[in-house]
Amino acid sequence: MFGAMLGEAWHAMGANRLRTFLTMLGMVIGVGAVVLMLAIGQGAQESVKRSIDTMGSNLLIVLSTPPGMGGARAATGSIPSLTVKDAEAIAELDGVSAVAPTVNSSAQTIFSSNNWNTSVIGTTPDYLDVRAWSLSDGYTFTDSDIRSGTRVALVGRTVVDNLFGDISPVGKTIRINKSPFIVIGVLESKGQSLDGRDQDDTIIVPLTTAQRQLFGSQFAGSVRMIMVQADSTEIMSLVEDSINNLLRQRHNIREGADNDFFVRNLTAAANSAAETTRTMSLLLGAIASVSLLVGGIGIMNIMLVSVTERTREIGIRMAIGAREYDILLQFLLEAIMISVVGCLIGLAFGIGGALLINMLSQTAIVISSQSVVLAFSVAATVGIFFGFYPARKAARLNPIEALRYQ
Amino acid sequence: MTAPLILVQDLHKQYETALGPFPVLKEVNLRMDPGDYIAIMGPSGSGKSTFMNILGCLDQPSSGDYILNGQHVATMDKSALAKVRNRTIGFVFQGFNLLSRTSLLDNVALPLVYAGVDKPTRHARAKRLLERVGLGQYLRSLPNQISGGQQQRVAIARALVNEPRLILADEPTGNLDSKTSQEIMALFDELNQEGISIVLVTHETDIAEHAKRQIHFLDGSIVSDTANKKPVEENSMEAA
Repeated sequence: MFGAMLGEAWHAMGANRLRTFLTMLGMVIGVGAVVLMLAIGQGAQESVKRSIDTMGSNLLIVLSTPPGMGGARAATGSIPSLTVKDAEAIAELDGVSAVAPTVNSSAQTIFSSNNWNTSVIGTTPDYLDVRAWSLSDGYTFTDSDIRSGTRVALVGRTVVDNLFGDISPVGKTIRINKSPFIVIGVLESKGQSLDGRDQDDTIIVPLTTAQRQLFGSQFAGSVRMIMVQADSTEIMSLVEDSINNLLRQRHNIREGADNDFFVRNLTAAANSAAETTRTMSLLLGAIASVSLLVGGIGIMNIMLVSVTERTREIGIRMAIGAREYDILLQFLLEAIMISVVGCLIGLAFGIGGALLINMLSQTAIVISSQSVVLAFSVAATVGIFFGFYPARKAARLNPIEALRYQ
Repeated sequence: MTAPLILVQDLHKQYETALGPFPVLKEVNLRMDPGDYIAIMGPSGSGKSTFMNILGCLDQPSSGDYILNGQHVATMDKSALAKVRNRTIGFVFQGFNLLSRTSLLDNVALPLVYAGVDKPTRHARAKRLLERVGLGQYLRSLPNQISGGQQQRVAIARALVNEPRLILADEPTGNLDSKTSQEIMALFDELNQEGISIVLVTHETDIAEHAKRQIHFLDGSIVSDTANKKPVEENSMEAA
């Protein structure tokens, strides 16, 4: 009997194709929009999450700021007020698990006939731990390399691709600003950072080597930035405060005077970025579901018209033995069928659209089975919800009046 | 004495209007035994259609008893009434009332859908009945592709598909020419001879003469209830 009713619902949908199509279009657009928006929203969330994971956890950075208010001020970190000694002092603070002082600047690198301009970071071995960065090949430098200032380098994936091509880089000699360096390790690929920079376009060398042999005049004994890893997320603001106090003391800054450094909580910034994307994708989904609601109202509207048009048919069916339940089921099935078929087409369009956007603009998308199930169940619910009132109206018709209806 | 198929006792029906209750049926009594063949006649507004609706379990009386096939109709809920309409009664209407987008086969099989009969059985029974009313070659046609007389035959086949005890026909020849009317009436006569009870409403005396009994309604009451002689003579002539 259910099979026969499904057949009839299918038949009724085919009876007025244009109308069925237009009604369905509401669902197609609604479901398509929801799936597409969820795909883009979740894609954004996913790429932010990946960036946070590659950044390293519980990170604070300390940057030097130029002192004084008047006159032209240089960019943060460009006038070095932080020293390696500052970094060593910070390492002694409670709640600090690792510290990595860094200097960095861009440099021209050459290998064989290839050259590439990249960012060179001079730092200590702890840097890789702080950034949760591992090597895909080779080994890292050690404290003894720092002490002796050896010319060794770790290269990022982008640098490898541009300088070496298919050649294995470990053991090869490259020139950084004309000085020869031996490549001892290859960094694992991290992809884009939160602000969209390519984190793999970098070379890491020992801090002392960078200070003395690469950017000597610029960073004599000073560092541009100190990366600090706290023991846990909870104590990050405490650590931030103790760094502030410690450095003010070490830099002899009087009460009321401005800091010549700046502490930034990277993890908090990243979390707020993640929060923003989550809100954005929720908002996108909410806006898209409004169109699903509109599609549902379209179904209800057309089902009401259909019930009126088919009043006489309903009367005939009742006269030959259809119960209220049979009539209710018949019209409900029709509404559900319209919304479910519309939903399937919408899913196809939504997923297709998301893949197209991904292909054309490289925007990250995530089509999760959850969002597909969600869209499908919402569509079925919409069909039941908006189909129920017209179906009940049909089922409650008085058979005598329905039979008399012209 | 056999149990009556229909027993109507002191039946009243009134509609509530702005001017107070308006009586449509007053003190109607009727007994119909199985196998009987009744023609109901009367002017418009005499209450005969309302009476037919009550007999067909589409409407309920305001007071009085209607016992169909041993069951008090007043005690049944809507589902039970639907079941009676489905199994015990077959309806034939003046306007045929076939589903226009549905094939003749599916039209005839439709009551079986509501009876919960499986598809192969539905189609086999519908096909047999369409063949019986002489339309075996039109199984897949739509109602608008055949003539009015043929459509009424389809409607009769549909009424018969659940093997009902009673056929209620409301002006079944009202939309047909006289030759086709006689063909349809011959079909009813045949069904009655097979033992199916028939109640039909008509305006035309020559149609009413096919029945075994004629009942006349006037102002909501039965004013005459007479036996027909003629069909019996016809039958005896045919037999001779």
